Amino acid sequence: MTMTATDINAGTRFAEIDDLFWRRRLRAFVVPLGILGYLIYILFAFDIPGLAAKARPENAAILLGDFWSYKTHVSRDNRSGEVTVAIEGERRGIYPEGQSPDWIARQGATTEITLPKGAQVTYTDKAADVLVPGYGTLHVSLEGRKVALTLPEGREMPDWISASRSRVSMDHGDWRFSMTPSRTETFRYFPGWELFFFTLDSPFHGKSLPDLVWLAVSGERVNPEMSNLSAMFGDFWNNQMWHHSDVFWAMCETVLMAFLGTMGAGLIALPLAFLAASNFTPLNAIRLSLRRFFDFLRGVDGLIWTVILSRAFGPGPLTGSLAILMTDTGTFGKMFSEALENIDGKQVEGVNSTGANALQRARFGVIPQLAPVILSQLLYYLESNTRSATVIGALVGGGIGLLLTQAIITQKDWEEVCYYVILIVLTVMAMDTISGWLRRRFIKG
Amino acid sequence: MTDIAPPSATAEDYLAQTRRKRLYGAILLAIFVAMMASGFRLADARNAGGFFEGLHRFFDFPAEIFSEAIAKWQNIPGLLWRYLPSLIETLNIAAVSTLIGGIAAIVLALLSTRGLSLWPRAIPVFRRAMDVMRALPEIVVALVLIFLLGVGPVPAMAAIALHTMGALGKLFSEVAENADLKPVEGLGSTGASWFQQMWVGVLPQVAPNWSSYALLRFEINIRASAILGFVGAGGIGYDLKTALQWGQGRYDAVVAIFALLFATIILVDHFSDRARARLVRGATAKEGRI
Repeated sequence: MTMTATDINAGTRFAEIDDLFWRRRLRAFVVPLGILGYLIYILFAFDIPGLAAKARPENAAILLGDFWSYKTHVSRDNRSGEVTVAIEGERRGIYPEGQSPDWIARQGATTEITLPKGAQVTYTDKAADVLVPGYGTLHVSLEGRKVALTLPEGREMPDWISASRSRVSMDHGDWRFSMTPSRTETFRYFPGWELFFFTLDSPFHGKSLPDLVWLAVSGERVNPEMSNLSAMFGDFWNNQMWHHSDVFWAMCETVLMAFLGTMGAGLIALPLAFLAASNFTPLNAIRLSLRRFFDFLRGVDGLIWTVILSRAFGPGPLTGSLAILMTDTGTFGKMFSEALENIDGKQVEGVNSTGANALQRARFGVIPQLAPVILSQLLYYLESNTRSATVIGALVGGGIGLLLTQAIITQKDWEEVCYYVILIVLTVMAMDTISGWLRRRFIKG
Repeated sequence: MTDIAPPSATAEDYLAQTRRKRLYGAILLAIFVAMMASGFRLADARNAGGFFEGLHRFFDFPAEIFSEAIAKWQNIPGLLWRYLPSLIETLNIAAVSTLIGGIAAIVLALLSTRGLSLWPRAIPVFRRAMDVMRALPEIVVALVLIFLLGVGPVPAMAAIALHTMGALGKLFSEVAENADLKPVEGLGSTGASWFQQMWVGVLPQVAPNWSSYALLRFEINIRASAILGFVGAGGIGYDLKTALQWGQGRYDAVVAIFALLFATIILVDHFSDRARARLVRGATAKEGRI
């Protein structure tokens, strides 16, 4: 090779490199610009400026408050004069007569309610006095069909009161008061989840943890028919407000959907994968049509499968698991057949040299190579499908997904939503840990 | 020919080991079969319709909708055109959430990788945060945000983006763990900031794998965005729900939506498969032919 040729080569190389650098620089500029442009397009396509108008911040306050706190209603029926104390105003949370909490004192027609920061509400017949420290005592009374509000002398209307002819209400954050012609109500807010362990009718309600431990180990039986521990568990398990047993079984149902769907798909996909791998099935027609079949199964999205399957099998966990099975059969078929095509042929050859037949070749030459891949994919999908099963459960009406959507639709049981979410997150994380452990244990070992 | 030697202790040992292995295998298989069978029976019992009664009705609904669609075939092109904007919305939800989630995942991944993190002590915090984001079902976030922000694409986008952050963050961090640290050290010795070290030292090494994972996520997110539409987050899923509620007489619309969704998923799958193969492996080499 002559000098000039090398020079020309070097020259073209320089030009090439220069060109490459230019292109790189251009790309470093154009790609972020493109992303920015796309995001601006989305800003308007999704109407994000208009979002502020549609957003309901008061809902956020309700939701966040409800996530971690509960309220006790003290309500007086202004027609019958009957006063009830109930947690969250629910029928199952009503305190039995004479057992109201110690911040409520009842004497004949008057009811005194002690509230935080020195505030106090006193119900009398058809009227109520509200003592607000630093402001004075307000008198609210019922005059025929009208609600009248008398402010303390010399005071102006504060912004925490809203009053009309038929309703007076006050909002103080940790307590609220309202009066209408039919009912006088005070809500007091407490942190925590109400009656999470024991409902009011349980003998264990209101006991402290040391007390409970003492009861569990000491011999004095609250219920003579069973030990305290099993009575406690029974009261917790059959809690009528939180339905722990139903929630537990719903969670199991969701995991069951994921398990049946994933494993079923694996069982169906494995033999089909042999038929779809080019090194096992020389017949192109079978192989290609199977490949297209896998593509079809994956392409018909889980959403479409749930719709079609719900028509055939009705709502329930089986439909959910079949929907998972359908899409995953496609995915596994593709993955397993690719894994089969990538196996080492020497091992199979070695087994073949001993005079093994096709089945034995597959068993001793192929499966040992394939098993780690299959197992790790199955476990990975089992974990990811546990989460999908929540969503699919919401569509087909099974498992925790159903409970979750029901609780969200009522728009008031946010503490239950929080409970379910924590449970789902813990379950998925547990599945993640277990499948990771199994993978390390069986695939490396 | 000599006599066959009596089995030595090693051989005896080996056979015993094999027998034990087989026994364990058989026990595991039996447990697995029992779990599958009882699980199937339980699911079947709790389902509204049984498996075997439903099996022969499997093709009834597809047959019904397709026969209607065939009878009204002249409507289909118009319907496809009509639902195209919804499809674009679904795709936009998936794309934006992959983009935003991916960018956030890059930051999270770098912050939770040993050797690269800005605050090595905070690595477990970021890892746990990603675990929670991954485990949180999209439907919960979407429904809660629908309650707060009203019906629209934003709740779905935020929900999917949050999940993408966790899922991609973990995968990105696994890739970044295998990155060569020498460029980072070299850059550090010249006084480059953390951001510069990452941008010039790490990103070029991991970009192909990260892009490949992000593409795969985009595929998954299209499916997720269609499903979330069904529960009220806009896009083609929402149209499918309304079309199904109209019921008989409007099944041509259902078929049109099915077709759009199917074609999109197949197309995106196909192109992302090819792009990923080019990104990660170069050309595919096929070995192991027997």
